[in-house]
Amino acid sequence: MSLFLIAALPFIGALLPGLMIQAGRNTCSTWTGIISLSALIGLLVHAPAVLRGEVITASVEWMPALGLNASFYLDGLGLLFGTLILGIGCLIILYARFYLSTKDPMGNFYTYLLLFQGAMVGIVLSDNILLLLVFWELTSLSSFLLIGYWKHLPEGRQGARMALTVTGMGGLALIGGMLMLGNIAGTYELTELLEKRDLIQADPLYVPALLLILLGAFTKSAQFPFHFWLPRAMAAPTPVSAYLHSATMVKAGLFLMARLYPVMSGTAEWFWIVTLAGLITMVLGALIGIFQNDLKGLLAYSTVSHLGLITMLLGFSTEAAVIGAVFHIINHATFKASLFMTAGIVDHEAHTRDITRLGGLRHLMPITFIISAVASLSMAGIPPFNGFLSKEMMLEAAAHTYLGDNHWLVPALATLGALFSVAYSFRLLIHTWFGPVRDDYPHKPHDPPFGMWLSPAFLAILVVMIGLFSQALVGPLVDTTAASVMGNGAHPHAHLKLWHGVTPALYMSGIAVLGGLVLLALYRPANGLWHAVPRPDAKVIFDAIVGAVSSAAAWITGTLHDGKLTRYAAIFFVFAVLASWHAFTGGQGVSLPREPMQADIIPIIAWFALIVGTGVTVFYHRHRLLALVVLGIIGVVISLSFNYLSAPDLALTQLSVEVVTIVLLLLALNFLPEFTPRESSTARKARDLIIAGGVGVAVAALAYTVMLTDFAMPSIAEYHLANSHDLGGGDNVVNVILVDFRGFDTFGEITVLGIAALIIYGVTEGLLGSKVRLSLLERTPNHPVAGDEHPLMMVVATRLLLPIAIMVGVYIFLRGHNDPGGGFVAGLVVAIALLMQYMASGYDWADQRQRYPYHATIASGVIIAAITGIGAFFNNMPFLTSDYGYFQFPPLEKFELATAMGFDLGVFLAVVGAVMLTLESLSRLAYRRGDVPDEYPMDINPSRLPKSEDH
Amino acid sequence: MTIEFLVASAIGVLTAAGIYLILRFRTFPVILGTSFLSYAVNIYLFSTGRLIVGAPPVLQGYGDYTYTDPLPQALVLTAIVIGFGMTAVVLMIALAAYLSGGHDKIDMQDDDASEDRA
Repeated sequence: MSLFLIAALPFIGALLPGLMIQAGRNTCSTWTGIISLSALIGLLVHAPAVLRGEVITASVEWMPALGLNASFYLDGLGLLFGTLILGIGCLIILYARFYLSTKDPMGNFYTYLLLFQGAMVGIVLSDNILLLLVFWELTSLSSFLLIGYWKHLPEGRQGARMALTVTGMGGLALIGGMLMLGNIAGTYELTELLEKRDLIQADPLYVPALLLILLGAFTKSAQFPFHFWLPRAMAAPTPVSAYLHSATMVKAGLFLMARLYPVMSGTAEWFWIVTLAGLITMVLGALIGIFQNDLKGLLAYSTVSHLGLITMLLGFSTEAAVIGAVFHIINHATFKASLFMTAGIVDHEAHTRDITRLGGLRHLMPITFIISAVASLSMAGIPPFNGFLSKEMMLEAAAHTYLGDNHWLVPALATLGALFSVAYSFRLLIHTWFGPVRDDYPHKPHDPPFGMWLSPAFLAILVVMIGLFSQALVGPLVDTTAASVMGNGAHPHAHLKLWHGVTPALYMSGIAVLGGLVLLALYRPANGLWHAVPRPDAKVIFDAIVGAVSSAAAWITGTLHDGKLTRYAAIFFVFAVLASWHAFTGGQGVSLPREPMQADIIPIIAWFALIVGTGVTVFYHRHRLLALVVLGIIGVVISLSFNYLSAPDLALTQLSVEVVTIVLLLLALNFLPEFTPRESSTARKARDLIIAGGVGVAVAALAYTVMLTDFAMPSIAEYHLANSHDLGGGDNVVNVILVDFRGFDTFGEITVLGIAALIIYGVTEGLLGSKVRLSLLERTPNHPVAGDEHPLMMVVATRLLLPIAIMVGVYIFLRGHNDPGGGFVAGLVVAIALLMQYMASGYDWADQRQRYPYHATIASGVIIAAITGIGAFFNNMPFLTSDYGYFQFPPLEKFELATAMGFDLGVFLAVVGAVMLTLESLSRLAYRRGDVPDEYPMDINPSRLPKSEDH
Repeated sequence: MTIEFLVASAIGVLTAAGIYLILRFRTFPVILGTSFLSYAVNIYLFSTGRLIVGAPPVLQGYGDYTYTDPLPQALVLTAIVIGFGMTAVVLMIALAAYLSGGHDKIDMQDDDASEDRA
């Protein structure tokens, strides 16, 4: 089976449980099992080749520019972990079928489980480290869902959150470390990267990369001081604990260390950090585990301890230690998953996992007892079970390890760890199963149905078989895996057997077993001592840190983001100037000086007018009407400047937009206060002046530098100038760009303009539908209303102007393709002409004579533009490609017609509609109670005067 | 004095005026400020095509003529029109806020919950 399919199967299969649950719980679990089993079989098909030392690969390029490829490879290490993940996955699926109660949503559970399984398989098969990181994050997320599966339990939610926080933080560190590693090696493919040991270890970034990667691995594998999340995650349903916290997820950190072992290990930093973290975790975890009363809590700390053991072995960096680590990964998975499942059975049957409330269960649950006993003895390291073998290897390796010059500390602490391990294993065994049968169990326990004990029993059989026939069963797998861990062409050879003769390890083992049993015999006083000694509670510390971080975040947010928009704006401007200062001074300047132009008197006058106008507007801005009038002057100066600087189209547009903007602002000012009150203190004004001045100087300096620097490379203007006539059929290049080269942009912009107008219409409707309507009707205008609202002179003038203005609009529209003008300007001119009618004769009068709603005008504009664009499809050209030709209709001159004209017509209509709808909406707010619709175009009309005494 | 200096300083003054007004407490000056800022940004964008007098990008037959860069002009042209749309929307929102909230302050008030209808 292709590696792609193996990695993808669980993800694809994750869709099934949700559907299959409709057909019942058995169907649901069966299909989930089939998915896992097919992936497992697909993996095992490759096993013979991998055991021969081959590496299976599968790769497609995904985003090669980023170094991200969907590449997978399968070597010994991948095979070992893949088998554990998928194999134990199958057993867990079976077990969970019986464990979950009818109240638990089983479809969700299996979906989460398969997602998690896919993510884990992805990690162990990934060749590309970026891909690996993606899967790594997926395990954090999917395990969050699994740990928090019982959403109704607060411990479940808190445990899931804590696990996500710790492993998520580690994941972030890991991303940093892996990216550094990839950058050092110049590749993100593991198969290539793992060959570059010398290059990586010589790099100054090696230590930071190592620290970050270990942070990721340690958090995932619950190494001290990040061990605390694992016991809290025990609030999860037991199948989850058995799967995630014994066999798979917590081993992802170990996998990562093993995977990167060829390039990261062998240095003093690796040895000290990894060995010490592992050693401390092993001893501490085992010690805490002894005094846990919760079965799963005990197992969780035991897992922490065993993970520490494996980490420590990887830290030793010798061949024997690596073999021991690999072997213990297998053994730990078998006995620990089995123990978790039996703990779940006890919980399920007796309705408690509290060891102090249990005891004597061996008579009531004999099958479960046997399974649990085998696994516990293996965990304690008692022969002939598999745990004994790997523990001996660990002790042997520890016996030969020097910590600096010290030769006894590591063996002594390793023995102590093993001693504690014996103590908690026997405590689990004796305090749960032996002793008299009690009559106060919360629920009378008995052995579970066959399906529930099948999975742990299978693992218990493995525990025995691996113990007895280790070399034959797992020898080749251990060899191949150890070879891929060590890399660099190593060929380690494991000698797995029960009896190695009388070695230091055997003495240490003996001491551990005897000491452990003595400690257990003294359990009562030891427990008293343990509880009398104060020790830090990880949850309190964790909560304090999280609380401090979140209150710091709240303080920063509250300070910077306190609802005062002026403050945000000030922060933004200051920051923008500082950031651009950094960019400005940090970049490499281009020295292509451009000859400046000397200004004669006219531009200087215009400049002077602009500066004075700006100053007046700012100085008198509290007088709003005055400020508006002066703003208009500034707009006119700018429009003249555009014209002077070879931009006639801009000049026309600016001028006409200026008119509608001022009309708009004037209309709004009708409803707003006429004056802005004095509110700013002098200090505040000074601060704002400094900010504004700073930004102004910065922008001016930037603009000045840009204008006096020539183009570093040929501008794309050349293309537009050269092709405007031939491709676009127009001589006004600006217009051709708008309607042809960049027509799609323009199409977007008229749409946006239309939407803006519709928003304004919508807000107006909203206002008129609310209680604001009442205050609008009753409002007193800022100024008394003129007696002659619609003066004769103005009405006559605008009426005369209308046809002329429309003619000018049409002219500007038609000439636009070859001379300054076009749809935008024409639309604005016509809109202004229409607007004048409203101003002269009043809203009602004009509105009654207005036949087409402006919404429709906007829509027709956008639609016409779109149809013109689509028309290009019939010409087998992309959207908005224009065509043109020359036509002659006698007696007219020969003239040109371009499809771009249709597009420009759309622009024209959209602009007219948007401007008119905007201003019309605002006018509708002006109604007051008592207003009567104007019947006549003007208030005083001589022709309406009674024809009196002439008769 | 050079044209470049005049244009650059005008951009700077318009920007400064715009920002000063944007930092005021009431909606109307802020809207005026955004108008100033639009002017400044439009002229700045336009100036990236470099300044030439008397060379509009309108093709003149087959002679060897100089033309200014048409692309910034096309961008600024639509920007001017969109600027109108933006001003209109902001203005409408400001107006609606004033009419329904009773004041035209732009900072959130501490007593916004109780709505001072002055």
